[in-house]
Amino acid sequence: MWLTRPFSERSTLIFLGVLLAALLLVTALHLAVPRGHPLHVTAYTVNLLGKYLSYALLAVAVDLVWGYLGILSLGHGAFFALGGYAMGMYLMRQIGDRGVYGHPELPDFMVFLNWDSLPWYWLGFDMAGFALLMVLLAPGALALVFGFLAFRSRVTGVYLSIITQALTFALMLAFFRNEMGFGGNNGLTDFRDILGFSLRSDATRLGLFLATGVALALGYVLCRAIVASKLGRVCVATRDAEARTRFLGYRVERVQLFVFVVSAMLAGVAGALYVPQVGIINPSEFSPIFSIEIVLWVALGGRATLYGAVIGALLVNYAKTVFTGVMPDAWLFALGALFVLVTVFLPRGVAGLLGYRVKRLKRRRQDEEDTPTAGREATA
Amino acid sequence: MRNFPLPWPAAVRASAGGVAGHPGRGLVMLLSLLTLWLLGGAVQAQTPTPETAADATAIQLLEALDVSSYAEKGEAIEAIVRSDDERARDWLSALLDGRLQRTDEGRFVVVLDNIGRHWPVADALSGEPLGEMSRRELDRIGINNALRNQLRSAIAVVDLYSADLALRRASAERLLGEVDADLAGPLSELIEQESDARVRERLALALAIHRLEQGELAAIDHLDGSLHPRARVALSRAAAGADDELASAARSALNDIEQKLKLNRAAETLYFGLSLGSVLVLAAIGLAITFGVMGVINMAHGELIMLGAYTTWAMQQLLPGQPGLALILAVPAGFLVAALAGIAIERGVIQFLKGRPLETLLATFGVSLILQQLVRTVISPLNRTVVTPEWMSGSLVVNDALSLTLNRMVVLGFALVVFAGLMLIMRRTRLGLEVRAVTQNRAMARSMGIRATRVDILTFALGSGVAGLAGVALSQLTNVGPNLGQNYIIDSFMVVVFGGVGNLWGTLVAGLSLGVINQVLEPWAGAVLAKIIVLVFIILFIQKRPRGLFPQKGRAAEG
Amino acid sequence: MNFLTSLADRDRVFDFLVPAQSPVDVRHGPILYLEDVTVSFDGFKAINALNLTIDDGELRCIIGPNGAGKTTMMDIITGKTRPDAGKVWFGSRHDLLAMNEPEIASLGIGRKFQKPTVFEALSVFENLELAMAADKRILPTLTARLSGAVRDRIDEVLETIGLAELRSRPAGILSHGQKQWLEIGMLLMQCPRLLLVDEPVAGMTEQEMERTAELLTGLAGKQSVVVVEHDMGFVRSIARQVTVLHQGSVLAEGSMDQVASDPKVIEVYLGAEAEEEVG
Repeated sequence: MWLTRPFSERSTLIFLGVLLAALLLVTALHLAVPRGHPLHVTAYTVNLLGKYLSYALLAVAVDLVWGYLGILSLGHGAFFALGGYAMGMYLMRQIGDRGVYGHPELPDFMVFLNWDSLPWYWLGFDMAGFALLMVLLAPGALALVFGFLAFRSRVTGVYLSIITQALTFALMLAFFRNEMGFGGNNGLTDFRDILGFSLRSDATRLGLFLATGVALALGYVLCRAIVASKLGRVCVATRDAEARTRFLGYRVERVQLFVFVVSAMLAGVAGALYVPQVGIINPSEFSPIFSIEIVLWVALGGRATLYGAVIGALLVNYAKTVFTGVMPDAWLFALGALFVLVTVFLPRGVAGLLGYRVKRLKRRRQDEEDTPTAGREATA
Repeated sequence: MRNFPLPWPAAVRASAGGVAGHPGRGLVMLLSLLTLWLLGGAVQAQTPTPETAADATAIQLLEALDVSSYAEKGEAIEAIVRSDDERARDWLSALLDGRLQRTDEGRFVVVLDNIGRHWPVADALSGEPLGEMSRRELDRIGINNALRNQLRSAIAVVDLYSADLALRRASAERLLGEVDADLAGPLSELIEQESDARVRERLALALAIHRLEQGELAAIDHLDGSLHPRARVALSRAAAGADDELASAARSALNDIEQKLKLNRAAETLYFGLSLGSVLVLAAIGLAITFGVMGVINMAHGELIMLGAYTTWAMQQLLPGQPGLALILAVPAGFLVAALAGIAIERGVIQFLKGRPLETLLATFGVSLILQQLVRTVISPLNRTVVTPEWMSGSLVVNDALSLTLNRMVVLGFALVVFAGLMLIMRRTRLGLEVRAVTQNRAMARSMGIRATRVDILTFALGSGVAGLAGVALSQLTNVGPNLGQNYIIDSFMVVVFGGVGNLWGTLVAGLSLGVINQVLEPWAGAVLAKIIVLVFIILFIQKRPRGLFPQKGRAAEG
Repeated sequence: MNFLTSLADRDRVFDFLVPAQSPVDVRHGPILYLEDVTVSFDGFKAINALNLTIDDGELRCIIGPNGAGKTTMMDIITGKTRPDAGKVWFGSRHDLLAMNEPEIASLGIGRKFQKPTVFEALSVFENLELAMAADKRILPTLTARLSGAVRDRIDEVLETIGLAELRSRPAGILSHGQKQWLEIGMLLMQCPRLLLVDEPVAGMTEQEMERTAELLTGLAGKQSVVVVEHDMGFVRSIARQVTVLHQGSVLAEGSMDQVASDPKVIEVYLGAEAEEEVG
């Protein structure tokens, strides 16, 4: 089975092992160590870590298209936000009549706007299953339509980056409008519970944190499986020599579309896990600056190494939390400098630094192993 | 007349006494007493009794106003109009605003500013300021709505007799739709005497409106084609009226006007569209050079625009009171500042990322964040005001329905001049030739002795400098703040991509047409939706024609 | 939508997706047929009313001075450039102008570029694996496994092109000549009916050139080969039939000796070359 192929890779096993250990450690320190003890992990921290993990999943999604397919999407925040809005709509409907206005069906902001019934696109979001489906389908559909048009016309490289940016910018403007029916400027917030569990309880927060960790693990394995397959090699081929790949008979635009849609769906899942943990989704997630920041996480961690994307997302967001707490003004300077330094001095990111020695070891071993029938799957 | 009583010495004394012993108030008290003394001196210098015969008549005229009967007040107003007293206008307008008042002592004063409890007042006869008075010591000379209308016409008539042309024009403007039977007579005479054609035209229009209101069919001929809203109001009333003949004539006149208005509205939309387009062209044309010609993605381009705008602001701070001169000096200064910043970016970042466009994009985005935050920290996160000089404010009135704001016109002209300049540089100078050579075949150009690095720097400086020029122009149209550039970067890229990369003409056409499209969409879609529609349109357009409106052809362009 | 149906309809086999056993219809003679093809870039006619016929199993060399339109002609045949006018047929059934690059490639036309283009980040083995004739749709590619037979075939080609020892090294580290060979190897993996080979021996040593000549002549008969080459010695060593292009159209056609003695050719081509050598 192609999906199980990553489990025979050492790097994937290490990644999954580290992730699992981290999840268990945080859980243990949160539950077993008493409050007030220096080693106790507070519910706030668990929540924060959960948020980081959802960002990490988003970074993996971006790395899949940028690192392996060479498509620099400056609009992945849009897919993240769409997944987030789908989840937000479900959470909104869960509030029921406990809103400020106490309307049994309409969310507060609709009552405030004097709407008398739910718009059609809000129907069905009271069902968790439907909402989860939309978490995948909404970003997936957008990516399908957009990608279909873009790749068919062979819009690639910088052009594609710029129009993905325009896409998320246009969506941001649209979602700012009250008439869109997504809460306008304020977005969706004041959530109460998810699947019947109160969002304010520590146990739910821990649950969401663990769920995000599991989603990250699954997303990682999925991406690894794609990357390690022959299709993954077609992706790399497309990235490096698109025309040549076409002349070999591959439908490059379909490969691009397939991977782009998968990546958009992953981003949507990340958004859906992010929203209940931060308690709000608003149009600022569509802002071009956020999308471009995601790319920085990947660049810092190391392009075309999925674990690098995870490392980058965690590093940058941890730094952001620390910086904005201590010197809020300095954060944008630091972020800007990071963009410049990483691209100029660290083109292969942190993973490139880490991987340098490992690669040399590996190559030596590989050269020794090179016999005509050496197993390809494991080393690809 | 009695001595002028000072309304507030007692109050001051009382409050001073009340806070006696409070050390902080000592200075206030001293100042109050000083003012008191000065005021007292001023009062003594002014004798309240009429000094001249003219003043005596004036007092009589004003006295006539202070009666209870509104009919008599009306006559008194007529008398003032006929008096030819040069202060008549001030009295009438003060009366209209309720600022003509009488003190307890019977003295007529004009209240200068009726906010708060103590109002500064001036003598109605001499115009001398009399300090502040408590509102309780003053009596307003009341008027009703009928008198208010009469006053407005009266003031208009007074103004029409004035020697000041601007006053006459403004007055004629105000009279439109306000003419009644009493005014009609004097106005017809005035038209004969009037020397200014514009005033005459206005008065004739005002009279025609009046005649239409009286049911005169011939008046419609005069109103037909007039774009003034008052004429339209009068015509619509007539069209809805009982007189069938009049109504149908009015309707057909309204139809004609509507046609004309449509044209004018289209012209206005076009003007606003071209204006917005010129802004887009200015913002994008520098990008067309750095991105289009050099292939460098500079995400900090918007911040270079911002630097240009801030340079204008800084020049105005350096030359207080001379906003025009500062603006003119800001043109070369803005160019220089942005060009230098551009060189710093090229040398500091971009040269290390040659041939890696996506990395260049990310790195320059980092630069843009740093520049924005720098401005926030060093200057202020808030918007700065840039003054529009005299010669750029106001508007050019084409007709009653169409007036073109001057600042937009100047920016439009500026954009065209910048464009023409760039075309000249690229087509006619050695630099332009070298730039084109380096873009087309770097290795070959180098082997022919062109210093490619130098060309890179100069080209980038040129593109950046033009961004600075855009900033100078933008400072006249929008707020100057740290986010200024961010708002234009996506639009600029859209313009360049839409026009066809590497083609300056394409940028011009794309910028102007996007501006017009945006303005055409705005009335029925709203500003935000119009912008979204334009973005979606470009996204779709690029997919249909990935190389823009004016693509470059050939094997080299296939990449 | 086309894409969705092709995903849903996995059992259906599109005729253009069946590799190697290309359905090309050559019963009526030529495998490639160009008629009155014209293309211009900004007014410059790169190809001007070009007529060219390649028979099944033929080895044809195309020569011509720089700018004669050789590469543009390849671009047109492989679908990279659309001509302004003319017809291009593969066999008597397939109109190449109605297809895009992957369709044309799947039909059995393989191309080696003038500048060797291999996938530098992938290993030599993986380069060959990707080139191999196979079902190249998305899901089959995603789930593809390497069968023993496929591995043997790749190993065989690796031996042929002499890169067996470098099989797991990234292609980016290969020398220019090795990249040329790898690209020829990729062509072999594709098992095309028609090979378009653009300057195969540029940057090769005498020895390598000989091997290349051997390889290409060996292919002819089973497959049709069109070689564009500057190196006259090489052309002479392999050519049976030579076409001379000049200013976008055919100047002369025939055996190497016939062509070389054609006064027109001597004037525009050999003459030009002689001048070049002098200069």
